[in-house]
Amino acid sequence: MASPNDLQFQEFEEAAELLSADPGASTLSMSASNTSTPAAATVGGEDVKLDLSEDEEGREESSELLGGQKPSGGFWTFEYYQSFFNVDTVQVLDRVKGSVMPLPGRNFVKHHLRSNPDLYGPFWICVTLVFSVAISGNLSTFLSELGNPSYHYRPQFHRVTIAAVVIFVYAWLVPMGVWGFLTWRQGAERQIGGYSFLETVCVYGYSLSIYIPTSVLWIIPFEWLRWTLILVAMVISGSVLVLTFWPVVREDTKAMAVATVVTILVLHTLLAVGCKMYFFQTAVHVPTTFPTSHPVPITTATKAH
Amino acid sequence: MAAAEEASRPFAGLSDVSISEDIPVEGDISVPLGPSTRRDEEFSTLDEPVKETILRDLRAVGNKFIHVLYPKRSTALLRDWDLWGPLLLCVTLALLLQGGAADSDDQGGPQFAEVFVIIWFGSIIITLNSKLLGGTISFFQSLCVLGYCILPLTVAMAVCRIVLVGGSGTVSFAVRLVVVTASFGWSTFASTAFLADNQPPDRKALVVYPVFLFYFVIGWMILTFSPSQ
Repeated sequence: MASPNDLQFQEFEEAAELLSADPGASTLSMSASNTSTPAAATVGGEDVKLDLSEDEEGREESSELLGGQKPSGGFWTFEYYQSFFNVDTVQVLDRVKGSVMPLPGRNFVKHHLRSNPDLYGPFWICVTLVFSVAISGNLSTFLSELGNPSYHYRPQFHRVTIAAVVIFVYAWLVPMGVWGFLTWRQGAERQIGGYSFLETVCVYGYSLSIYIPTSVLWIIPFEWLRWTLILVAMVISGSVLVLTFWPVVREDTKAMAVATVVTILVLHTLLAVGCKMYFFQTAVHVPTTFPTSHPVPITTATKAH
Repeated sequence: MAAAEEASRPFAGLSDVSISEDIPVEGDISVPLGPSTRRDEEFSTLDEPVKETILRDLRAVGNKFIHVLYPKRSTALLRDWDLWGPLLLCVTLALLLQGGAADSDDQGGPQFAEVFVIIWFGSIIITLNSKLLGGTISFFQSLCVLGYCILPLTVAMAVCRIVLVGGSGTVSFAVRLVVVTASFGWSTFASTAFLADNQPPDRKALVVYPVFLFYFVIGWMILTFSPSQ
């Protein structure tokens, strides 16, 4: 019987066309293959689609239903957390690429996450960044003191602890604040869209991935190069965040929207510049432990950047 | 009725097949009688000398060390996991990393507790990661494998300390770099040889990368060890 197959195929094409026109729309379509009788096939041949993008609560429900993202079990079961790690290697690499090369039209959450946010990327990118910043900082200090005979190499392992605290606080508490603020504004102003907490953490985590190669390149001891690199990294990383949050914020009053985006960018800048200044000082101030008879200071001039 | 006869006709050929009495039937269906306390006595280790108890565990640990040094895809390490080996290696590595430059102030190398925390919490986090990604290995088996595969790095640390006795110039640094890099590669290769089979195929890289990072950090701690002068 060719007719149910034809109807079914046509329906899929129509759905695909509508979906490509509006990728944000949620769709729900029932195929005619469920119906066994030919009489019902004519009814099933119609395109049953629910476009829920105008309905805010409906959108929340449908994204939960369609994304397959509803965590199974309570938060005390293992399967609950397993649903946050439902990614393949290819997907993680694709998300990292998307965060490193942001294109103006592409919203990171819509295009790359596609309602499947994961915790693998943010966590391991943060861990890698902690170690790359600490190790690169140590190496750059060593290279800058290479000609200095009085310098004795020290591993400076305490920097790992400091880097870990700073980066994890930034990557997990700031998204919590941003998400809480946006949800509050969304509730007050009746706006559509808005991201779940997991998606916000995901965006922040993946946006930090550009800093990993940047921190390795900061070993090269030229100041102009370091400042160029940090500017490039901040532009790329900041634009990922701006492109993600601007569509959500733009329906708000102009002042609030601009203030929100500016705050996000300022915090991001503080992280980058703070890391650079603390971990990549060009000369280490060696304190004099014994009072010397000559008042000539032994320390080299510190160029704190 | 005709249909029944028709139906029975295909089976008509079987009517002259009979089970002959002279085909021997094998097997014994008798149940052994009597208590089997003899078997229990063989498994009781309460009466053996203490030396034998200790030697049995040491032999198991040594056997696993040999499996790490010559890693082939075997399940022996996974089947009888134990955590004595990882504890031994962790304590040895942490002790060897002591006595570094400026241990008292905070600019020096990792403290004893920091090494412990990194190794054990690192192993636990990697195990959780691989289980969350859908691995089928059990928690303690994974801890066991990750702990035992620190053996090449511990050997490298011992070699580095011996090299550092001779001097800490560029030559010694080059030698240490080569030794640590080789042992880091060996550790990563050995642990993935044991862990790789238990992962879903399109997520292997996601599981191997944290292991790589773990041994890289341990290798870094070993390489940057500088003796006090």
